[in-house]
Amino acid sequence: MTAATSSAAVTTGAEPGVPGAPPGAGVRLQPAQRSARGHPTAWWGMVILILTEATLFGGLLSSYFFIRAINHTWPLGGIRAPDLHRISIFTGVLLGSSIPIFWAEAAIKRGNLRRLRVGLAVSWLMGAAFFVNQVLEYRSLGFGPRTNAYGSLFYAITGLHGAHVVIGLLISLVVQLKAGLGRLSAERHLTAQVFGLYWHFVDGVWVFVFASLYLSTHLH
Amino acid sequence: MALTEDRPSASAEIDIEERLHEAWAEPAGIAGFLTSVDHKRIGMRYIYTAFVFFFIGGIEALIMRTQLAGPNNHVLGPEQYDQLFTMHGITMIFLFNTPVLAGFGNYLLPLQLGTRDMAFPRLNAFSYWIFLLSGVFMYSSFLVGHAPDGGWFSYVPLTSRHFSPGVNLDFWGLGVMFVGISTTVGAVNFIVSAFKMRCPGMTVNRMPIFVWSMLAMAFMVIFAVPSVTLASALLESDRLFGTAFYSAAHGGSALLYQHLFWFWGHPEVYILFVPAMGMVSTIIPVFARRPLAGYLWVATSLIAIAFISFGVWVHHMFATGLPAMAMAFFAGVGLLIAVPSGVQFMSWIATMWRGRVRWTTPMLFCMGFAFIFLLGGITGVMVSVLPFDWQVHDSYFVVAHFHYVLNGAVVFPIFGALYYWLPKMTGRMLSERLGRLSFWTMAIGFNVSFFPMHILGFLGMPRRVYTYSSGLGWDGLNLLASIGGFLFGLGTALTLLNVVVSRFKGEPAGPNPWEADTLEWATTSPPPHYNFDRIPVVTSRHPLWDQPELAYAESGEEEATRAYGLTGALERQTPISTGLDAAPEQTMEIPRDTYLPLLVALGTAVIFLGLLAKAIAVGAVGVALAALALVRWAWRTEEDLR
Amino acid sequence: MTEPRARRARAALRLAGPAAGVVVLGACSRRAPSTLDPHGSAAARINGVWWLMLALAVAVFAVVGGLLLVGAFRRPRGEGDETAGGRDGPTDTTWILAGGVIIPTVILLVLAVDTVRTTRALRAAAHAGVEHVEVVGNDWWWEVRYPREGVLTANEVHIPLGRPIEIGLTTKDVIHSFWVPQLAGKLDTIPGQRNVLRFKATRTGTYRGECLQYCGLQHANMGFLVVVQSPADFATWAADNAQPPPTPSDPLVAEGEQVFTNQPCAGCHTIRGTSATGTRGPDLTHFGSRLAIGANAVPNTAANLGAWVSNSQDVKPGNLMPPIPLSGEELRAVVAYLEGQR
Repeated sequence: MTAATSSAAVTTGAEPGVPGAPPGAGVRLQPAQRSARGHPTAWWGMVILILTEATLFGGLLSSYFFIRAINHTWPLGGIRAPDLHRISIFTGVLLGSSIPIFWAEAAIKRGNLRRLRVGLAVSWLMGAAFFVNQVLEYRSLGFGPRTNAYGSLFYAITGLHGAHVVIGLLISLVVQLKAGLGRLSAERHLTAQVFGLYWHFVDGVWVFVFASLYLSTHLH
Repeated sequence: MALTEDRPSASAEIDIEERLHEAWAEPAGIAGFLTSVDHKRIGMRYIYTAFVFFFIGGIEALIMRTQLAGPNNHVLGPEQYDQLFTMHGITMIFLFNTPVLAGFGNYLLPLQLGTRDMAFPRLNAFSYWIFLLSGVFMYSSFLVGHAPDGGWFSYVPLTSRHFSPGVNLDFWGLGVMFVGISTTVGAVNFIVSAFKMRCPGMTVNRMPIFVWSMLAMAFMVIFAVPSVTLASALLESDRLFGTAFYSAAHGGSALLYQHLFWFWGHPEVYILFVPAMGMVSTIIPVFARRPLAGYLWVATSLIAIAFISFGVWVHHMFATGLPAMAMAFFAGVGLLIAVPSGVQFMSWIATMWRGRVRWTTPMLFCMGFAFIFLLGGITGVMVSVLPFDWQVHDSYFVVAHFHYVLNGAVVFPIFGALYYWLPKMTGRMLSERLGRLSFWTMAIGFNVSFFPMHILGFLGMPRRVYTYSSGLGWDGLNLLASIGGFLFGLGTALTLLNVVVSRFKGEPAGPNPWEADTLEWATTSPPPHYNFDRIPVVTSRHPLWDQPELAYAESGEEEATRAYGLTGALERQTPISTGLDAAPEQTMEIPRDTYLPLLVALGTAVIFLGLLAKAIAVGAVGVALAALALVRWAWRTEEDLR
Repeated sequence: MTEPRARRARAALRLAGPAAGVVVLGACSRRAPSTLDPHGSAAARINGVWWLMLALAVAVFAVVGGLLLVGAFRRPRGEGDETAGGRDGPTDTTWILAGGVIIPTVILLVLAVDTVRTTRALRAAAHAGVEHVEVVGNDWWWEVRYPREGVLTANEVHIPLGRPIEIGLTTKDVIHSFWVPQLAGKLDTIPGQRNVLRFKATRTGTYRGECLQYCGLQHANMGFLVVVQSPADFATWAADNAQPPPTPSDPLVAEGEQVFTNQPCAGCHTIRGTSATGTRGPDLTHFGSRLAIGANAVPNTAANLGAWVSNSQDVKPGNLMPPIPLSGEELRAVVAYLEGQR
């Protein structure tokens, strides 16, 4: 079942082929220059996925500002604006957890598996700390997602972000496991790359969540 | 086809055939069905499954039209009618229009791009299973007698737990989130494939116009679907967990729901319309025997529509009492979107003007589409005129308008595409006589049914009513609309008959029965699993017209070029190229058939079932299944890409 | 049928549709609540916009449709197969620019200007002589209140001719939409929000209104009537309706009042001046003067009222009024009582 058209080779010189190749031959191609080479498909797939997830968060934050705009007081129902002290520290922790990831990615590009594992582990601990703080914060809030629309939005936004953090932590474990089993190398570490992208996204989104839910409520 | 410099001996050729066959073989029967990651099988599955839903939705419509054929009818009570009109809308938008276009996209993109599969074949299979399971999920609501009944857009507070206490709306809310996964994941696949898997010489301005339309559609999906996911997720949260997003009494807002829903809802209709226009822009040039006029204008228009479509959603909310100047802005942008559509119209006219049209069935459907879209587009401009919308909004005028654009202007191209591409998919031509009969029946039936609805709107008839009083001047027009509806249904059934009969009795199609220009017609009908044993090299937008002897690439020594020739085909590999110039970059191994996509999809389905039944244990099982299958899936990532 | 004939048949069909539509439109609008038969200022203004758009639409359809047909049937000189090496000519770009960008933009600009002007005019608030009405949407009926005149009624809106009307629209439950096609555009009732509809009636008469936002089981039967009266008649109506009804003298009617206040009726309905003070259902004071029952479901006659009271589910299945089991005697009494309330 081969294609029906004949394949006498036609090279046009201007195309990625060898000019003047003898007829009957296929076209020989030149690989793209190193500098022109892009990222692997899975990387791009993760970028597109990040775009759609970012839009999801954008929609939630827009909803937050919409509800805020139609109400006279904010937060609603006598709830106090969220306390900034601890969350600011842990914001630093979460954003900081991207640094070991950068370091780890650079390391695995040079084939250093041990540094990759260390970087992933340190980042994991920082992310886990952020998550634990969030759970503790939830307990101390004094309002719930059912209290009013403010509560619903607060929990939905921080909760969705928290869910992304948890998923990130789980993915990180899988990547660390693969690294531990020696399945990653300088040429092949796509899961680490893709995870790194995802984790940077989770950190980046937090900047917007923090600014919207925490900082902006203290502006009068 | 020559495989090396010299013609090989006959036995060597057979040997290559066998090795190719072995490399690409899939298990037979059910196992193969459940595990295949071949984009062509998945694409055809999408199309067949979507058409099943089309006919179900059509029957729902005909039952409704029977009830509305006369005043004060007793064919249906309000409860049943409300479930039918809700499910009809859901079915046609989520379970037919969207997936059938994804199906054509799935089938055609790798072929038109000159490659061997999509960028993420397993993800492709996954998106199909999600679609199927979400459709089954939503339709299982009929089995328990509680189909969604809040209208396909399910406005709050009607759909809140207080006013809709049954489980009906949970099928909707969860179902919409469920099917959204399929659309989103499919869009990721389309975008990455279109950018990274084009054959050598296919620079971005040589991509087939259908690929442009799928790209524009996919980007719209990426930015629009999260909004409807949110709308339904927040609704389900209010319903299942008692949150207050939409509850005015607790500081929430019913309008928030409408904004979230329509921010997706409007781009969604262009998500449907843009690929349909891409199909028309593909088919008309072939039968006018000349290239599409103004290709760059058309490609730009598709992108312009994609952008502008995000700026008009408020026109669905013109009657909600928003500030007039804000609404006037949206009215203005809504008028603007007619311009890129006008550009494409002129392109089609110009293409035919200097060409000589051959009247095949696909071409008939394109012409039918053109007139229907002309009318539907005109009424679309009308409803964008804010004060006029204040009269006709939510009346039968709007029902007429959106059926003209969503039924006529999307379904007619789909039928044209079916007649055009099914021969490639099955290797058999469809009957031209049955095709013409089907087209005329559909065209006449469609107009007889939906044109009178414009008038009914003017005469004050609201939409979504299960009955109406006599003596209002609505009786005759409703009867006419019902008759037309049955005629239209008959027309579609004729195509179904055609498809079934031609499967067995149709003439063999050959590789290029239409003498078309794009690369899918350079393969056999149906194409082999690997599409091209050697990747074609193109030097024009219309390779099969401009390159009488189509060139093919040869495998090179480097990692980046080894997949281009026979070596790549024999080793189940396909090339990955750079984004803009389509120069060789990497090699990707195409995954073998696997159960993993199905397992992740089943796990996801179980999660949604758990939410529906409010059973945590069930949900947990779903999470575990999906997570484990996902881990297994990602386990070999490094080995897959070289 | 030969091919060219078939094509022409199709063309004829396509153009016949809209043409027939216009004819039918004109013919049918006399009995229907038609937007094309405006009796109010807002509807009239919008009707003007419609005729402009129709003219443009017919022109566009004819021209573009004509071009489509000509282009499709044209047989150019030469072979007509330009697949090999066919290129865009300068005329292609001209066509696309002129027909696809410039002309549509001009047409759309005209429409945009008309949109803004008409919107401003329709939204403009009058300053003097405004008649205020408060309408509250309920599943599946309309509460109608006149704050100044002190009238509370249901499903029927009386307004004086020629004076600017402001209808404040709110909802008790879900989103409804208030639409009287012959008088004005529609406006939704949204929870937590009060919308205001402004218009003037230009002719006396009784006009049919509908709920235009799907609101559940009986969305189809949530109509109402707008009665436009001369200012004098309106003042009389308002004064009459503001009074509590007189105590019944007729024994059957008196018995009816007894039945009404003792039976479940009083739990949901109010009749001023009696002990019936329920608010779940419409206020029934002066019910006898109303034109219809059940939100314009059926005309207000004794027979219809009897059927409604004993089992409104037969008339309007799913509505929130349960069947009321009354003996024949009780039913006659209640009907006489309610119909006597003028």
